[in-house]
Amino acid sequence: MHIPDGFLSTPVWAALDAAAAPVVGYVVRVAQRGFDEAKVPLLGVMGAFVFAAQMINFPVGIGTSGHLVGGALLACTLGPAAACVVMSAILAIQALVFQDGGILALGANVINMAILGVLAGYLPYHLWGRSRGRRAAIFAGGALSVAVSAVLALAELLISGVRMPAAVLGVSLALFLVSALIEGAITMTVIGALEAIQPNFVRQPAAGGRYALVAVGLAAVLLAAGGVVVASRAPDGIAQLAIQTGISGRARTLVSTPFKDYQASWLGAGWPAQAAAGLVGLALVGGVSVLIWRKR
Amino acid sequence: MSPLVLVRGLRYQYDDGTLALNGVNFRLEAGETVALLGANGSGKTTFALHLNGLLSGQGTVEVCGLPVNPKNVVEVRRKIGLVFQDSESQLFMPTVLEDVAFGPLNHGLSPKEAAQRAMAALEQVGMAAAAGKAPYHLSAGEKKRVAIAGILAVEPDILVLDEPTTFLDPPGQRALAQLLSALPQAKILITHDMQFARAMCSRAAFFRNGVIVEEGSVEQMAQRYEWDFIAPRTT
Amino acid sequence: MHHVTLDQWSRGASVLHRRDPRVKIAAVLMFLVVLATAHRELAWLGAALFTVLCVAARQARLPLRGALARAGVVLPFTAVFAGVSWLAGDPARGAVLVMKSYLSALAVLLLVSTTPLPALLRGFEMTGAPRFLLMVAQFLYRYLFVISEEAQHMRKAALARGATVGGLAGNAARFRAAAGALAVLFARSYGRAEEIHRAMLARSFPGYFRPLIELHLHGGDVIFLVLGVVTPVALRVLIERAA
Repeated sequence: MHIPDGFLSTPVWAALDAAAAPVVGYVVRVAQRGFDEAKVPLLGVMGAFVFAAQMINFPVGIGTSGHLVGGALLACTLGPAAACVVMSAILAIQALVFQDGGILALGANVINMAILGVLAGYLPYHLWGRSRGRRAAIFAGGALSVAVSAVLALAELLISGVRMPAAVLGVSLALFLVSALIEGAITMTVIGALEAIQPNFVRQPAAGGRYALVAVGLAAVLLAAGGVVVASRAPDGIAQLAIQTGISGRARTLVSTPFKDYQASWLGAGWPAQAAAGLVGLALVGGVSVLIWRKR
Repeated sequence: MSPLVLVRGLRYQYDDGTLALNGVNFRLEAGETVALLGANGSGKTTFALHLNGLLSGQGTVEVCGLPVNPKNVVEVRRKIGLVFQDSESQLFMPTVLEDVAFGPLNHGLSPKEAAQRAMAALEQVGMAAAAGKAPYHLSAGEKKRVAIAGILAVEPDILVLDEPTTFLDPPGQRALAQLLSALPQAKILITHDMQFARAMCSRAAFFRNGVIVEEGSVEQMAQRYEWDFIAPRTT
Repeated sequence: MHHVTLDQWSRGASVLHRRDPRVKIAAVLMFLVVLATAHRELAWLGAALFTVLCVAARQARLPLRGALARAGVVLPFTAVFAGVSWLAGDPARGAVLVMKSYLSALAVLLLVSTTPLPALLRGFEMTGAPRFLLMVAQFLYRYLFVISEEAQHMRKAALARGATVGGLAGNAARFRAAAGALAVLFARSYGRAEEIHRAMLARSFPGYFRPLIELHLHGGDVIFLVLGVVTPVALRVLIERAA
């Protein structure tokens, strides 16, 4: 789900842009280190592949079809850091050339799909990719990558104050689940077919613990799960939470102090309250992923 | 004068164990145009990739008297230009001018000099008007010309062209032959197109199973190895 | 196809086309921020900003109706949420979503239609975006055309292979055929990337790209920058003061 501009409240897109910038800078460095300079054309062409792959439809039932999203597939073939870079480049091209997803919302979309979605998609493969449950791990990775991205996007919209009746929310979550399962099935089948062509296209997961990767992937999954819980309770749940914990009050003083009264109202009164709580979590994951990953 | 290209006992094995080259000996003198003939997979392209150090096997490869090794590789790649079969892979920059200037820039020319060299090379192949275009919008023949300009811009002594006539229609093939005949460099042409080889090449080398089994005129090779297209007779 | 049209538009020669990509990016970012952070008098602000974009489109000699229609690609997504907001008893928010997302998309569309993508990516270096990422995006865009064409062929092949069997078994067969087609497309793309890399090395690629064209700001760029940054801010201040 590509969030267009105009949907997210200012603190949400601003914070996610701020979080995405260092994270993308970091994955770029990791991808460059793990690869030689050969990788500019490789990553670019594989990005074009993911784009073009959307033209190939997978029948999934009566009259409906799905297509590859690609995060988990790229992570299993190019490695997680390179996959993050490719997906970021795809999102940038989609936002610029296809007006699919906003420019100010690019940070949000990158965090949802190119970073946390990819890492969540790689997590099961990293943990169980060498075991007998390998195929199941690939399936789970594909499903998780889509589910995590979609739920994060939904949570960000809700935090931004987009109102949704409970019934609509339920339907959306059900649809996410279906598309997640489809992505799992596509990823698993395509990787099977790839290995039949040439086994070394698919990377073996690195042996031994890359705890940082596990931690960030896990955090992404938990965060998304938390998003589901909050979102399914009530659209106003986050604002309520913020008011109860007193974050909203502090955030409001923090934001409005430097401005004169009418300037603060310029920006709209209620937004710091709605935004602060959920945002802290998202920004934290971004920050933590940079810190831990750098240590490795 | 030493030969432009001298190859002795070149052997190369791919990672999967396939023996692609099994003792190739080859010479190229100044002003010559030589055809490399032989079946698909007989080692012609693998051989060409050794001439500028993109692959390195056992044996010796010398270009303009320089042994091809990591130390000399930059100098060698200035002397010998490789035109790949699929122009789409060769023209990777966003515009024609940027693509042709890619080699000169890498050899340390200033952007201004590189642009001048690129324009001169585009003039030479008759593509100056397309300088600002995106390569994707060109026809197959135009792409091939631009790919050749990208090589000429580095001012090499030797041109190696891998299957230059594939994807070209007959007028495109004719135009390519005219262009190549006008270029003074020594040339190695890898081709299945026997008419093209006859028109262009003073000599041919025939590859089989990773070695050059025989050299001679294109006509001799065509007859000895039945290496020509002959329409099956229908009754 | 959308991107082919925009690619053609971006190669025009109008005053806007000739501006340095960096000043155009700055102006669009300012436009987007002014719009995104606005919460009062949105109807007036929207109308004013829409007028600005229409004037810009005319200055760029773009087909106005075509541009307005193309920016509509955001509307299906937006319409869903606008409908949902309406159901939730907040129709005003729905209208705001439509207005903000459409105007934002139109602004970005104008940016892309007046700047060839490679130049635009060069311009984005000033925002601190990593060069490696921008080069990946440039290659992605270059080979998008090529790989898409191959994908079309694969799609036909997959359809042809899976088309004979009906029912559930047919679905499964078509699913596997599509997966097989994607795997082949993956392998070809990978091979293509290796070939490109060889072609780069054959022309002595040193491991980094040296730009051929240096960006220089001219007088016209500075004037445009001032205009582009001041106009949306001034419009918003005027409208909010007047209210």
